[in-house]
Amino acid sequence: MTTLTPTIRTGRAGIVTGTGLLAKRTTVTFLRRPELVVLSLVQMSAIMLTFRFIFGGAIGTAHGLPYVDFSVPGFITAGVLFQTLGTAIGIAEDMEQGFIDRLRSMPFSTAAMLTGRVVADTGILAIVLAVTTAVGFAVGFRLQASVLGGLEAFGLCLVFGLAFSWLFIAVGLLAGNVKAAQGVSMIVFIVTFASSAYVPTQTMPGWLRAFAENQPVTAMANAVRSLTLGSHSQAFLGHGPGYFVIRSLFWAGGILVAFSVISVAKFRRAAG
Amino acid sequence: MTLTIEARGLTKRFGKKTALDGLSLEVESGQVVAVLGPNGAGKTTFVRSVSTLIRPEEGELKVCGYDVRREAESVRRVIGLAGQYAAVDQALSGRENLVLVARLFGQSAKQAKANAEAVLELFGLVEAADRLVRTYSGGMRRKLDLGASLVSQPRLLILDEPTTGLDPRSRLDLWDAIEALVERGTDVLLTTQYLDEADRLARNIVIIDQGRTVASGTPAELKRRIGGKILEVHVRDRAHIPLVAQALTREGVAAPEIDEATRRISVGADDGAAQWLIDGLTAVRDSGAVLADIAVREPSLDEVFLALTGQKTSSAESVGTATLETA
Repeated sequence: MTTLTPTIRTGRAGIVTGTGLLAKRTTVTFLRRPELVVLSLVQMSAIMLTFRFIFGGAIGTAHGLPYVDFSVPGFITAGVLFQTLGTAIGIAEDMEQGFIDRLRSMPFSTAAMLTGRVVADTGILAIVLAVTTAVGFAVGFRLQASVLGGLEAFGLCLVFGLAFSWLFIAVGLLAGNVKAAQGVSMIVFIVTFASSAYVPTQTMPGWLRAFAENQPVTAMANAVRSLTLGSHSQAFLGHGPGYFVIRSLFWAGGILVAFSVISVAKFRRAAG
Repeated sequence: MTLTIEARGLTKRFGKKTALDGLSLEVESGQVVAVLGPNGAGKTTFVRSVSTLIRPEEGELKVCGYDVRREAESVRRVIGLAGQYAAVDQALSGRENLVLVARLFGQSAKQAKANAEAVLELFGLVEAADRLVRTYSGGMRRKLDLGASLVSQPRLLILDEPTTGLDPRSRLDLWDAIEALVERGTDVLLTTQYLDEADRLARNIVIIDQGRTVASGTPAELKRRIGGKILEVHVRDRAHIPLVAQALTREGVAAPEIDEATRRISVGADDGAAQWLIDGLTAVRDSGAVLADIAVREPSLDEVFLALTGQKTSSAESVGTATLETA
């Protein structure tokens, strides 16, 4: 009969250790599921190639802005949503399989469960965005502004990602199972298509344009554009980088606060 | 002495459905207790309350002396939970899963590794330790899940239908594992719909139905509650069933139970009714039926359960088949 080594009765991991452990677990789990890695990378690249080479020729942009320069920042922004959507599915999977119940029955900071996931998913997002950006350059996108502007744009995307991770954690907790969480991906398609991410909003009918111009994805896509294209884009977009960056930071901040509050509250009560 | 579990008047509703309806029960330490009940009896709700996963609306619930509502954190330090689903990460290896849970309990990397190793040995999972869990069989996953609830050395281990959905071989295996834990002195609260499981593992059984405690006691005590002895007659020819049934109806205190499929007729007697048994045996002999076997035996828990809840358990219908419904 084996005995467990005598240890002092265990306590709990602090929030920092807990976040670290669960972030590592989420990252390892992601990397060991090649289908997820491939899906993330191929999905974005495929959409980008389709628009660049199939639809791109037919989509006109004004003010001498080539479509490739217009669209790549939009793809990268939309990519943030498609990638963080995985957070909802991951959380739903953990609920379905009882992993969250186990954690909730442990003397353990509830917040760490969620922060661990957010940290890991933001890290994964950074890698996926880097690859997407590389594909963007490969198909002909060129920075028109400074390198610093490009880095700022990349950082801004991670901030969006952080905010949307919280949104999708809430979605995952509310959905409670993988199928319901996957259903949400339709909404992501609608929100990204009805925005300036892929095409200029000027050609949309009035009602759709009103929606498109006042939703977060448009603010974010335009912020990334103005940071990477500089003065080249200002004539086309109508405003400078400051305008769009501040707008999108407001959106990100709002989403982050609202959905982290919802997620933590839902998580505490959980599937009771 | 502190009771391991002390529940008084627990009530929990989900919308209009009342899952727990004033449930009360006490569990002393040093015991394995099986909570037994049909699907929807409130077993899972009770276990989730004990594990601090849900809060009962009314009543009092203490685990190892701690109130589940006001001292949830303390309760969580002393319990280990293994649920109906194997709550282990498929993309991690067995060892990684155990180390992760141990570290989350605040153990150092070294401690966690040692405890994980001990659990792997205890459950015979050493060889599979470094394989990803997605390559494990269902039984191995449950064992690992059980192991994960042990790395913190809980005082009370909570097992919610631990063998539901397992094949018979894996069930036996898991029973052995649970028995080994019990020998080490871990208190266990177990829910099950299988009476043979309760009979085998638990010293005390609590039968609940519709959110209330219907009966509790040792398996022997519960069996005594529905009478002392059962006279069971097994006939060779199905056509002879009515002969025996008629003979026993004349002699018996209650209507005999007839199982056509196994060609068995059984009837219960009051405790110590020696004369009744002799009369019964004589009546069977005089009925002219050709017997395959005749026996006087203790009632089974299935019969107790049927008598107390008016329902057959799933084990009475088919032993060891997979039922994945949650209570």
